[in-house]
Amino acid sequence: MADVLRVDDVVKEFGDAVVTRVLRGVGFALERGEFATLIGPSGSGKSTLLNLIGLLDRPTSGRIWIEGRDVSELDEAELTAFRGRTLGFVFQFHHLLPAFSALENVMLPSYAAEGSPTSAMRARAAELLSAVGLQNKLDARPNELSGGQQQRVAIARALAHDPALVLADEPTGNLDTESANEVFELMRRFHRERGTTFLIVTHDPRIAARSDRSVELVDGAVVYDGPPRA
Amino acid sequence: MPFEWFVALRYLREGRSQTALILAAVSIGVSVVVFLSALINGLQASLIKQTLGSQPHVTLHPPELVARPLFAPGTTAAVVLEQSPQRMRSIEQWSSVLEQVARVPGVTAASPTVTGAAFAIRGTAEKPVIVRGVDPERFRAVIDVQSKLTTGRFAPTGSDVVIGVGLADLLNVTVGDKLRVTAAERRDAIVTVVGTFDLGNKEVNDRWVIASLRQAQTLFDLPGGASTIELRVGEAFDAERIALDAAERTGLEADSWMKINAQLLVGLRSQNSSKYMIQFFVVIAVTLGIASVLIVSVVQKSREIGILRAVGTSRSRVLRVFLIEGAVVGLFGSFVGSALGAAFSLAFAMLAKNPDGSPTFPVQLDLPLFAGASVLATSIGLLAAVIPARRAARLDPAEAIRHG
Ligand SMILES: Nc1ncnc2c1ncn2[C@@H]1O[C@H](COP(=O)(O)OP(=O)(O)OP(=O)(O)O)[C@@H](O)[C@H]1O
Ligand SMILES: [Mg+2]
Repeated sequence: MADVLRVDDVVKEFGDAVVTRVLRGVGFALERGEFATLIGPSGSGKSTLLNLIGLLDRPTSGRIWIEGRDVSELDEAELTAFRGRTLGFVFQFHHLLPAFSALENVMLPSYAAEGSPTSAMRARAAELLSAVGLQNKLDARPNELSGGQQQRVAIARALAHDPALVLADEPTGNLDTESANEVFELMRRFHRERGTTFLIVTHDPRIAARSDRSVELVDGAVVYDGPPRA
Repeated sequence: MPFEWFVALRYLREGRSQTALILAAVSIGVSVVVFLSALINGLQASLIKQTLGSQPHVTLHPPELVARPLFAPGTTAAVVLEQSPQRMRSIEQWSSVLEQVARVPGVTAASPTVTGAAFAIRGTAEKPVIVRGVDPERFRAVIDVQSKLTTGRFAPTGSDVVIGVGLADLLNVTVGDKLRVTAAERRDAIVTVVGTFDLGNKEVNDRWVIASLRQAQTLFDLPGGASTIELRVGEAFDAERIALDAAERTGLEADSWMKINAQLLVGLRSQNSSKYMIQFFVVIAVTLGIASVLIVSVVQKSREIGILRAVGTSRSRVLRVFLIEGAVVGLFGSFVGSALGAAFSLAFAMLAKNPDGSPTFPVQLDLPLFAGASVLATSIGLLAAVIPARRAARLDPAEAIRHG
């Protein structure tokens, strides 16, 4: 299977007494090397779906395959390990750990996976930070960086261990237009240069328009899946 | 550095005020524990030392004569026990018994003595005394009189005697003076004082006359005999066990210092229990303090923990991060607390003086105390961190990132 991601008839409900069905049978697949956006109105279930794909939560029903692996078969510890190996995350807010420098933030996923630091880890983190243009900010703490710079560190962190799939939840949502552009361009560049698969949640139609494919969610169901609509 | 240590130490360094708060809690707790232990252990050690300064660990003597009822039990009879009050009995074949007890495990020295009551007379002064007839070399190994001499020499040989400083004062004698010692049945002897001692016990200082064995044998009409064999053991608190052992082997009666000073030991024991109780509550208070600060810190870090989990940090690693935080703070707190506790103890020792300016008793600060405090505080830190750490490990990353 060449699919990096396959989502099949995924349903997600919240609540015990009052059950809200947030996702009502979502299905789509991403091939290796795709650069896709997930769009839809607020409350349509985009973050919920991303959390399921990101293995931070489990669907009520339906299946998710990542790298050909049915993730419903994994137990908690395996999920964590698999998540660390296979996925990279970029969040909208509070993306970085304030107690750690930019370099340490980028190293953390590999450090957490391996248990102890290696010089290769450090070198790779430094290389990624130069790739995002922050070679002078290796030792800076997140609060010493601008929003755009922080988000570039977050992207470097998401890529630190060469994940098969990068999941970004409104990575530009909190940035001014110029920084948003920069950050988006950075993701495109990594996609181009390294062939990493991206799934980016966005509100911004201009961003969606510059992706290769758009999946649109309304009320927890896919209403459109194809080339971005202008 | 392992990931968990790296993250834990960084969090401790970054969360300065919280870290300072728990460090303070641990330090104060440890200082109380150290201070209390130093004080009470010192007091007890000095009480025991004082008690043992003038007492053998174990005293062996011939069994008391037991009156056997002549009638079958059940019938009423008046039994008059007649014990001649002054008649002293010797341990039979005491020199072979002496060799026998010297081999009892734990016994380090054995000394035969003839001990009895008498009067010491000089001029018009007459004082009741206890004459201890001893072999100087053997006796010194059981009760260290040599180092407690205030004047003269420890050489109770022939008709020379060594007496307590109190008695010397009462009779107004000094080294070189002569005394008359009268035992019952009008046996008496003229002896020469060759030394005085201070064994730290008024009763002993006022009454003891240490004479040669031969001198006491004559005085108490016990030719060639020994009324007791006194033992020193390696570990003072083994005395009771060794006493039982020695009694069994020799058929003699054996009294340990622990039996003779049962009251003192009961006192020490209850002092210990109150010490433990205070320490127990201090430990609980400190544990709760650490736990609550750590819980707050876990709640504050929810989102960060969520992110750590999202980027592939396992639950057990998150758990260990917080356990390490607790243990490290406990360990460091024990260093600070030990130093504080030692400072309090020394300050106390300087303030608590006898009227004459000598310290009332030495506080006991030793390695086992500090080692114990470190182990205790580290365990408290670990224990206190268990609930916060489990809470952190159980955190749902999706929730934590959404709301945190
Ligand atoms: N843990 C939860 N418990 C209950 N309801 C939830 C939970 N998570 C999400 N929801 C609900 O699910 C719906 C979809 O939420 P979600 O965050 O996925 O929307 P979204 O598409 O990401 O919106 P936005 O664009 O505003 O971020 C919302 O109505 C939300 O209240
Ligand atoms: Mg959202």
